[in-house]
Amino acid sequence: MSNAQGHIVSVKGLKKTYDSVEAVKGIDFSVSKDELFGLIGPDGAGKTTIFRILTTLMFPTEGSANIMDLNVVSDYKKIRNHLGYMPQRFSLYQDLTVEENLEFFARIFGTTIEENYSLIKDIYVQIEPFKTRKAGKLSGGMKQKLALSCALIHSPEILILDEPTTGVDAVSRKEFWEMLIRLKEKGITILVSTPYMDEANLCGRVALIQNGEIMSIDTPQKIIENFGRKLWAIKSDNIYQLIQDLKTDNRIHTVFPFGEYLHITVKPGYDDLKGLAPELNRMGHSGVKIQEIEANIEDCFMELMQ
Amino acid sequence: MKRFIGFVKKEFHHIFRDPRTMLILFGMPIAQILIFGYVVSNEINDVKIGVYDKSKDHITKEITNKITASGFFILSDNLDSDKEIEDAFKKGIIREVIVFEQNFAQKLEREGSASIQIIADASDANTANIVANYTESIINSYMREELWAEGLTYQINPEVRMLYNDELKGVYMFVPGTMALILMLVSAMMTSISIAREKEMGTMEVLLVSPLKPLPIVIGKVIPYMVLSFINAIIIIALSFFVFEMPIQGSLIFLLTETLLFIFMALSLGILISTASNSQMVAMFISMFALMLPTMLLSGFIFPIENMPKLLQWVSAIMPAKYFITIIKNIMIKGSGIGVIWKETLIIAGMTLFFLMMSVKKFKVRLE
Amino acid sequence: MIKSTENIIEVKDLVKKFGDFVANDHLTFEVKKGEIFGFLGANGAGKTTAIKILSGLSYPTSGEVNVAGYDVYKEREKVKKNIGYMSQKFSLYEDLTVKENIRFYGGIYGLSNKYIKEKTESLLDRLKMRDIQNSLISSLPLGWKQKIAFSVAIFHSPKIVFLDEPTGGVDPITRRDFWEMIYEASHEGITVFVTTHYMDEAEYCGRVSIMDRGSIEGLGTPVELKGQFNAQNMDEVFLKIAR
Repeated sequence: MSNAQGHIVSVKGLKKTYDSVEAVKGIDFSVSKDELFGLIGPDGAGKTTIFRILTTLMFPTEGSANIMDLNVVSDYKKIRNHLGYMPQRFSLYQDLTVEENLEFFARIFGTTIEENYSLIKDIYVQIEPFKTRKAGKLSGGMKQKLALSCALIHSPEILILDEPTTGVDAVSRKEFWEMLIRLKEKGITILVSTPYMDEANLCGRVALIQNGEIMSIDTPQKIIENFGRKLWAIKSDNIYQLIQDLKTDNRIHTVFPFGEYLHITVKPGYDDLKGLAPELNRMGHSGVKIQEIEANIEDCFMELMQ
Repeated sequence: MKRFIGFVKKEFHHIFRDPRTMLILFGMPIAQILIFGYVVSNEINDVKIGVYDKSKDHITKEITNKITASGFFILSDNLDSDKEIEDAFKKGIIREVIVFEQNFAQKLEREGSASIQIIADASDANTANIVANYTESIINSYMREELWAEGLTYQINPEVRMLYNDELKGVYMFVPGTMALILMLVSAMMTSISIAREKEMGTMEVLLVSPLKPLPIVIGKVIPYMVLSFINAIIIIALSFFVFEMPIQGSLIFLLTETLLFIFMALSLGILISTASNSQMVAMFISMFALMLPTMLLSGFIFPIENMPKLLQWVSAIMPAKYFITIIKNIMIKGSGIGVIWKETLIIAGMTLFFLMMSVKKFKVRLE
Repeated sequence: MIKSTENIIEVKDLVKKFGDFVANDHLTFEVKKGEIFGFLGANGAGKTTAIKILSGLSYPTSGEVNVAGYDVYKEREKVKKNIGYMSQKFSLYEDLTVKENIRFYGGIYGLSNKYIKEKTESLLDRLKMRDIQNSLISSLPLGWKQKIAFSVAIFHSPKIVFLDEPTGGVDPITRRDFWEMIYEASHEGITVFVTTHYMDEAEYCGRVSIMDRGSIEGLGTPVELKGQFNAQNMDEVFLKIAR
């Protein structure tokens, strides 16, 4: 089903223009079978547009996109049989119950809940106690699980999930990613988009995307290895003052708050920061701690944005 | 087929779970028919009439007495020429003039029949109709009770003429008019809103990505509303027949078939509207302004088309409701068959086809 | 951050019931003046209900709630005058310009025209948005909108500002710019009451409360909480509480 290179999704020179705004500015990427591929980027980066083109809901302005060697424009009917899609807002019928929603989506794909129950079992058992409740009355986490069950009910080969964890609490997010990893192990190719940088580590490969362009595309480990700068974490008892002081320090390249620490990079030639802590103490800071650390995906993203 | 049934089932769930939809579907038609019905069919008494007796014989006198003695009418004017009729009406005091032809009694005796003209001021079409009907029935009862009882098989022919509005717009109009309005509303507005809702909620995205083809999606959306509209039509017809005694002279089956055709036309229009609107709000506004108001104002439901400026008359020619009202009136009141109203039927069928083709052409299998 | 001992929010045994459902079950906590207070919890844990009560939009079933020195039962209007509110969903009118939005919100709080004018000028300079003051909000990137929305929420110099998931979906740099604005506001003495789904942001807060099923299950500085729950970071703390 996949092409010679083993790619199940391949996108070449993809551009999309709305009116005069370029939402997607010529991107290339491919996804192999059984991959869990992440599009990581903030709102407005072009994630939804890319997914809508892949799900045959939109025409590309330029370039091409193929899914299982089928073109998203000319073979859209065939492609639709292989896809499971979960749009950004969990598109459920709010006035139907959990069970009715699932049954409906099973029916329109010409299948039944029983037929593919094994695939959704892990997910569905968690919401099954509420199966007579209307979807509109579910919590965010439960809606998310139901929407995933609905997208999976016809046993698709490719699952495309547009920001499935946005607005969902940390616990539900964690559970959701665990489900995705189990699905990937079952042989489903998954494309997922998210604005949460920390979720990148859970993907096999990611594309960091900003303003319609892919800034970097690799495994999370490789992206981190390519950070290419030294990174320090620093804190003091007065974080706000520390930010102000470091921002006016001409040795410092970037200062970003990161949890209880600030992450800083330095300009070329200032790699040695041994003197910084005493200096800060002299400026009136107390409790100064400084240590060199390894970058995470978010550091890389911000570095690429600069 | 299973896919399709699942779809229709879902649609019924939506309808039955939304109290507002249910209210519009069933509460409104009944309320509207009852309101229109009771507002329009009021009792009459002490109606001032004029008599133009060209014969002045014993029978015409007897009939005149019989009419004034009924309690409904007061003889306000005795007229002497055709010109005076017009003047009397223009003064606005009298609502009806009864004209006996010359040599009335003689004619009855010689030829066995004579005619009475009943001229009513139909600018208030409803009152005119009731007044004319009363007069007619008094004349008929006179003929049966006084003449036939004595073995005189004379035939008096009352000829009703409606002045100013000779096709009697307004009388019984509320039934065909309300029917057209409600079917338009339920079918076109509700379908367009329900399709727009799927777009608004994002569920349309999932439907489009599924292997479900556009046609089943549309038909699946339409069938529940078709069924409900048809039930509505039957309720309206039943109410008007049993409560307001509106006659059904023609074939009931033919009436229902024509109704079904009109419903189908409205549904196609609803789908067309939904292709042009991305939110429920837009769908509702288009339905309101493009359908409801023109249907009420320009179809002849409330204002007679003849009295409209030429420009509006042309506009009314593209109102599907106009043709439907003509069809319903013909079937219910005159008992006409397809021979009389084939033209109107053909026009509605043509419109249906046009809307359907436009919708299929405009229905997007994508989001853009 | 200013260390203050003055309580700006005092909540004691707050209970809110919807029929049989207990949305807030005996909440007790204080927020100090100028503090950045993180209010976390899973979806449906009762955060929104509590925020509605604190901001005077709904009454508690029982308990004592004091906000900015006013009782939320009796002095609802005074409470509202002294707080600012910004949420991810509702913030600005998309079809008004930057300046019109600022003007409008200034007007709501009954500020004088002169004051609004002066403050708008200084605000535009501080945000470096003078060039776009007459652009429609709808034409701006999300991150900018959020900065403007925050500025508008504290335009009338409230004692407390409530931020409901203010940074959802913005890029990491803008998110940090935004937090710097929060630090600044706190530095100026405005108490910041914030909810977020980003667990690293919880660490930016002076103190954090974590709710689960209607009750507060964790309350303290991020360091204290990490010690108490034997966790590496706030994410772990959250998962340990909410799972």
